[in-house]
Amino acid sequence: MKEKQRGRVSEISAGAALQNKFMSMGIYPGKEITKLSHFALRGPVAIKVGRSILALGHGMAGKIIVEIE
Amino acid sequence: MIKKIFLIGNPNVGKSVVFSRLTGVQVISSNYPGTTVEIVSGYLKIGEEEIEVVDLPGTYSLEPSSKAEEVAVSLLKGQPKEEIVVINIIDSTNLERNLYVTLQLLEEGFAVVACLNMCDDTTHRGISIDLENLEKLLGIPVISTCAITGVGIKSLIERIKEARPVARDKSVHLQRWQNIGQIIEQVQRLTHRHHTFREVLEDASVRPVSGMFMAIAVILASFKIVRFLGEFLISKVFDPFFFNLYQPFLDKLSAALSSQGFLHHLLIGDLINGKIDFKQSMGLLTTAPYIEFAMVLPYIISFYLVLSVLEDVGFLPRLAMLLDNLLHKLGLHGFAIIPMLLGFGCNVPGILSTRILESKRERFIASTLISIGIPCVPLQAMIFGLLGQFGGFYVFGVYLVLFALWLFIGMILNRTLKGYSPEFLLEIPPYRFPPLLILWKKLVLRVKGFLIEAIPIVFLGVLVVNILLFFRLFDMVNYIFAPVVSGLFGLPKESTVALTIGFFRKDVAVGMLMPLALNVKQLFIASVLLAISFPCVATFVVLLRELGLRYLIKATLIMITAGLVVGTLLNLGIMF
Repeated sequence: MKEKQRGRVSEISAGAALQNKFMSMGIYPGKEITKLSHFALRGPVAIKVGRSILALGHGMAGKIIVEIE
Repeated sequence: MIKKIFLIGNPNVGKSVVFSRLTGVQVISSNYPGTTVEIVSGYLKIGEEEIEVVDLPGTYSLEPSSKAEEVAVSLLKGQPKEEIVVINIIDSTNLERNLYVTLQLLEEGFAVVACLNMCDDTTHRGISIDLENLEKLLGIPVISTCAITGVGIKSLIERIKEARPVARDKSVHLQRWQNIGQIIEQVQRLTHRHHTFREVLEDASVRPVSGMFMAIAVILASFKIVRFLGEFLISKVFDPFFFNLYQPFLDKLSAALSSQGFLHHLLIGDLINGKIDFKQSMGLLTTAPYIEFAMVLPYIISFYLVLSVLEDVGFLPRLAMLLDNLLHKLGLHGFAIIPMLLGFGCNVPGILSTRILESKRERFIASTLISIGIPCVPLQAMIFGLLGQFGGFYVFGVYLVLFALWLFIGMILNRTLKGYSPEFLLEIPPYRFPPLLILWKKLVLRVKGFLIEAIPIVFLGVLVVNILLFFRLFDMVNYIFAPVVSGLFGLPKESTVALTIGFFRKDVAVGMLMPLALNVKQLFIASVLLAISFPCVATFVVLLRELGLRYLIKATLIMITAGLVVGTLLNLGIMF
């Protein structure tokens, strides 16, 4: 996913705990998200979900599979 | 019969501000998720009844994922449901995400009142919410409030008693979001508007390059302002007070005590060249108040003022994101920068706030690093006062050594401890203009906290030290530790006393170095040693409570080793 790109979450390929965590923060299959930025060297990624901005680790972000429209 | 009211909601929705409004109890609130890590309670009067109100740490769901969330949920579930009312605080500008916990609460069968906070922020973000409809759909009282100004708090209190459990089927995650989607469609209207300047700034600060420039500018400016304000307060307020108003009184007292004897030694201390010297006399009425009020307090005020502004604006989570990579090398993630920054004020709240981190491993690393590499304001103020006269180079040197040590120990801990560093997942709050009233209250609260904690120990410490010195009881301690203190560190053996006092108060300890006439290298070594060796007793107690005895012993061993090694290396002249 590139910067400023929008997409729809198709799958979260993570363990139950992280799935729950994402779920409670509003990241779930079918939800639309926008990527804002990412940091070099596998640094954190900023995404916009609904009305909030979330920062997540590189590995975590990789677990959110997105369909780009 | 309601026995308790719990405030629950997502992180950073203003639970603590609502809490202060309801109970009159002042608590710290900031603009970042995870400000509240301790449970605070107070009382609210409804009619004739007094009901306990409990402010819980924020949580995204009733399935906890950090220590602070765990505490919140277990407390909530530990009470019989008939006896409690839950006030669910909701950020009106982010209704959808916030309703997740609301539905969970309703499904669990709690009696809930929904409090739509930050109502003032909705209008200019183009959001309008149909409260009546929301009330109907949820089946619970819904009140719109703006806790910072106090709007809506009265009707919130009036309607607490209307809360009843509603029958709501349990649902699984996805269903819950679908339900929320339906509710949102019916109650929320959005009007499209153009991006505001604030939103442009918000976006820029989460991008690597622009974010880094903004962060460097903000940090440099903060440091300058802290120093400028601190020095201004000292030279224009506190010093004039001590020298022009207080000293004449002490001179008379000293003369009345005929300038010698036990009582004179206790109260005034030693006369330097026949005069009272606030920095060196070490008396209960001279150096003790001067250290606390004229050397440390000004910096406490300026540091916390700047920190509070940074907190309320919403800058810290952005800093966390920028530093995520660096902190990963230490086995932490970006969010750990918040406990570190708080630790610069005082290590105690710093270590307490490590509860926002997920694992015990991270909390151990962060707490150890705070107590070794982060000097608190009282210590820093004294280092400025003492080393500053030899030039900023030396003060900067102390920070450099501490930073190197912080980095080095963190990397070693990360390599040697079992486990891995979890990744970071953090909500970045919008920039907000710091509410001045909250800012002021927070500053007063923190300065008061400092005074209450510091003054008794400082005076007691100086008293005990003076008695021990008068009867020459320290001579033996000096003698025992002389091989280490003079042999390894190259300090005069009398400085053992100061290093020991460091266990009680760092500022007094540095104060005790002043009459010893150390040269700049010795002062430099002593300052570094005081920062890294034993934390003060308050920090020690918190470490014990938060980490347990086993980890405390580990942390202590690391500190002693670090102290010995760094002290010796510096003495051998690596820096000079």
